[in-house]
Amino acid sequence: MEGIQLENQLTYFKNVLQIINCILVSRMIKEIRIGGFGGQGVILSGLIIGKAATLFDKKNSVQTQSYGPEARGGASKTEVLISDEEITYPKVENPDILVVMSHEALLKYHKDLKKEGILIVDPDLVHIEVISEFINENKIEVYEANVTKIATEEIGLKIVANIVMVGVITKITKLISIDSVKKSIIDSVPKGTEEKNLSAFEYGYNYNIS
Amino acid sequence: MTKELFIQGNEACARGAIEAGCRFFGGYPITPSTEIAEYLSIALPKVSGSFIQMEDEISAIGSVIGASWSGIKSMTATSGPGFSLMQENIGFAVMSETPLVIVNVQRGSPSTGQPTMAGQGDMMQARWGSHGDYETIAISPSSVQEFFDFTILGFNLAEKYRVPVLILADEVIGHMREKVRLQDNVETLKRIKPKEDLKDFLPFKNVENGTNPMPSFGDGYNIHVTGLTHNELGYPSTISPKDHSTLVKRLVNKILKNREDIISTDFKYCDDADIVLIGYGSPVRSIIEAVKIGRKNGVKIGYLKINTPWPFPENEVAKIAKSADDLMVVEMNLGQMVHEVERIAKNNANVHLFSEIGGTLPKPTDILNKVKELL
Repeated sequence: MEGIQLENQLTYFKNVLQIINCILVSRMIKEIRIGGFGGQGVILSGLIIGKAATLFDKKNSVQTQSYGPEARGGASKTEVLISDEEITYPKVENPDILVVMSHEALLKYHKDLKKEGILIVDPDLVHIEVISEFINENKIEVYEANVTKIATEEIGLKIVANIVMVGVITKITKLISIDSVKKSIIDSVPKGTEEKNLSAFEYGYNYNIS
Repeated sequence: MTKELFIQGNEACARGAIEAGCRFFGGYPITPSTEIAEYLSIALPKVSGSFIQMEDEISAIGSVIGASWSGIKSMTATSGPGFSLMQENIGFAVMSETPLVIVNVQRGSPSTGQPTMAGQGDMMQARWGSHGDYETIAISPSSVQEFFDFTILGFNLAEKYRVPVLILADEVIGHMREKVRLQDNVETLKRIKPKEDLKDFLPFKNVENGTNPMPSFGDGYNIHVTGLTHNELGYPSTISPKDHSTLVKRLVNKILKNREDIISTDFKYCDDADIVLIGYGSPVRSIIEAVKIGRKNGVKIGYLKINTPWPFPENEVAKIAKSADDLMVVEMNLGQMVHEVERIAKNNANVHLFSEIGGTLPKPTDILNKVKELL
């Protein structure tokens, strides 16, 4: 009997702890995870968002990344936390915003999304319908933006799809200001490519999101 | 002038090295430390420094030892597999009293393990990896800012005590980006050179504080630099028990007798804590988060953050062992520094281990759940 009681108490404590943690985290910190494959510039897009938040919006931000040993084609992920307060734990467990640029990333990460979280996808790279049950159950806000297609057709450069996506993220989340992101892009991309990247950002920001 | 940047830990380390006066890097690139070499290969030539990529890590540390004896502050950066290859020459640097900095951005191990994932499996290797009796200075950063600051500290300690200093970072800190404030008027230690006449000079004198001024190749002093046991003149003296014990004890004591100057720790909420979490490097981030949440839920929990794993902060741990009932070491290996904590805490506190391997940071909620099981 005593054992069961203790176990119940423990479970209760764990639940309370998790709820409090969720409240604390959702109030103070916004968590973004962007997943795709190596070569898409997933990590650069995280860097641009984090830099915009810290250096130009004067908030706190931490960006981490995870990738395999391959130069291209392996799974790639970046996580960005943005907060008005100091950030201690730098990893994202349950993102408020999940951005996916590969079907593998969609399958791997969608279950971590918070209830009523935001999911942004490139519909040409994923089959969103396979997780429709999850989306309905958890009231996920889904946005589709053909960023790879825009990059290829409008800019003529497939590799700026990540920057088009940064534009979409800026517009939807409102976590970072448009001016700060532009400054951050100029500061982060290779010299001589600023104009093309800014143009990619504008296409993403002005995209008629469905 | 202070400059604010949003950069990776590895870049902060490289920038810290330049600020500290480092003008030579010899290395062999290895994930997750490569960005340090990459940055310095561009930055060093701009400040009249030199960068060389050697054929492996054995020759890399050899080049660093040689560069240091030419009077230049020198460093290398590597990860587990490269650190293993460097062990023999680390002993040579200890014996020949060569100041240098080795950065080990730890990854999943053993062997080639997990190149892109984090670990803290090299803590005991850092202490005992080279053969023989020696003491080591090791510093572990837990933020991008600290990777910058501690690299400068590392160069200063290396010069002050004429020892190889190890910076034991890990993949999380190496690859994480955060805002850092970079000072450009940092306090740096200049190498102290001998003033004696050439004929009176004893390069390895048994001096009271243990550390002799260091001449450079080309200064005119006749110096023999050897890994063999040597007398005060520097000549091999390999069968005299007295010469050997005098030399090795001086090398060990120049660190042990200056513990107070070298050791650095931070602690919070320890006074009334029932349990104190102890950590170093990136898991400190999880520890502080766990303590924050725990305190909000009425758990009497505190933390001790070890900035210098070696020499081990014995007095600080002993003090906390007397006030708290339980100590829990959080580390990304199967239990290494926990043995040191057990050795010091003895019968004063129960020592527990929260171990996380696989390459990712311990989760604050998992740490707290284990704490709750104990209390």
